[in-house]
Amino acid sequence: MRKVIMGNHALSYGAMLGRAQVIAAYPITPQTQVVELLSEMCANGTLKAKFIKVESEHSAMAACLGASLAGARTFTATSAQGLTLMHELLHWASGGRLPVVMGNINRAMAPGWSIWSDQNDSLSQRDTGWIQFYCSSNQEVLDTVIQAFRVSEKFHIPSMIILDAFTLSHTYEVVDIPDQAKVDEFLPPYKPQIRLTPEEPRAFGGLTSPDHYFELRYKLQKDMEKVPPLIETTGKEYQNLFGRYLGLVEEYYCQDADLIFVTSGTTGSTTKVAVDHLRQQGIKAGNLRIRVFRPFPFATIRSILSRAKKVAVVDRNISYGHHGIFYQEVKSAFYGQNSHPPIFGFITGLGGRDITPSSLQEIAYYALKNDKPQEEITWIGVRK
Amino acid sequence: MKDKKSAKKIVLKSAKEFPLMPMSVGSMLFNKTGAWRNIRPVIDLSQCIQCGICWKFCPDVAIFIDKEFPVVNYDYCKGCGICAEECPVKCIIMVEEEK
Repeated sequence: MRKVIMGNHALSYGAMLGRAQVIAAYPITPQTQVVELLSEMCANGTLKAKFIKVESEHSAMAACLGASLAGARTFTATSAQGLTLMHELLHWASGGRLPVVMGNINRAMAPGWSIWSDQNDSLSQRDTGWIQFYCSSNQEVLDTVIQAFRVSEKFHIPSMIILDAFTLSHTYEVVDIPDQAKVDEFLPPYKPQIRLTPEEPRAFGGLTSPDHYFELRYKLQKDMEKVPPLIETTGKEYQNLFGRYLGLVEEYYCQDADLIFVTSGTTGSTTKVAVDHLRQQGIKAGNLRIRVFRPFPFATIRSILSRAKKVAVVDRNISYGHHGIFYQEVKSAFYGQNSHPPIFGFITGLGGRDITPSSLQEIAYYALKNDKPQEEITWIGVRK
Repeated sequence: MKDKKSAKKIVLKSAKEFPLMPMSVGSMLFNKTGAWRNIRPVIDLSQCIQCGICWKFCPDVAIFIDKEFPVVNYDYCKGCGICAEECPVKCIIMVEEEK
């Protein structure tokens, strides 16, 4: 069934088709419609799930953790201040190996109070041990939710599905909503081997001495390393059933490109338009949109970018005192390589300032004009 | 007091032996948390009215009732003093442990 829906509702439909059993959430702009629709679905019986109203995002995640530990498939959604309030429990989810799936709408962190998009909220959660997917269309959002349940439940690692505020969350697009029966075929019920049950009482997450803690973290990293190939094989299985493939990255004219943009989220789709314009001007540009930020797909990114003469990383985020965060990561992917193209780091669009095709043209011209970056950070669109 | 079986400290040898999730692998039979105690409750049974309030309030389930009177299990009592605080006839006093 094809429907015109907003990005937030694509998350809701994904959770519905994934047959989430427990949903606990607290509303926050620009995430509200995600849980609004899910609560309606729970109320009218479309979705047989327990909807738990809570008093904060910290509690929302706590409720999801308890339910997940008891063996339920769980879903929640939040944004910015809500996500950062959850921070402690994000570690509990990954450290406790509980495959919660969560939508996060990228919204700039206060102060100044903002409801508009940038990525500092989710990228601040980089080291919490969650898988992070950055989406650029409503179809991709829906398809990612369904696949994220599969990926998360295989290795017991939680997933965060990330949408830009408004440019995706509130943008209406045509979305193919798959048949429930076909989704059921792709995504069987969650049946963890170990769970909280009165038949087999255990204490979970209790005091873990230095004799054992280190190995638990080693195992989390080892499983995280298995996630990139799993995302690819899961994507192919999904493609066989639904005809759409989502991998670790999305390439657009990268094959013969002299200049490759590295983007994420909806900036990735704007960049495709910019690439088209540049190609019309005879500039061989391409776009590599990073879809999976954690685990970071080092090998894939290296193999694509090493073909380019120049690389321009576009960050809608900043690590204060360092660089744009995607820029750091892309540079680290080339450490120890014999040769690599010059890598330029651009910061733009913080706090929801528009990133337009002309912003990206400006980036392209800068990267083509200079042999290497003239500054640590090249700012685009800031009034200095 | 029930006889406690002896239990050994468990140290897993390789990550492969570990459960996926952080969860209890050993036993509280080994992990005697009474060692954390700085002050110990001492009950004057001659004053005790057998109300069971100390038994009910003990957060570590370290008080059990034997022949209708409370007995403290010092293997697990952490010395929090809640029993002494709640005792309606104040027949439980907290005594400094000798180090």
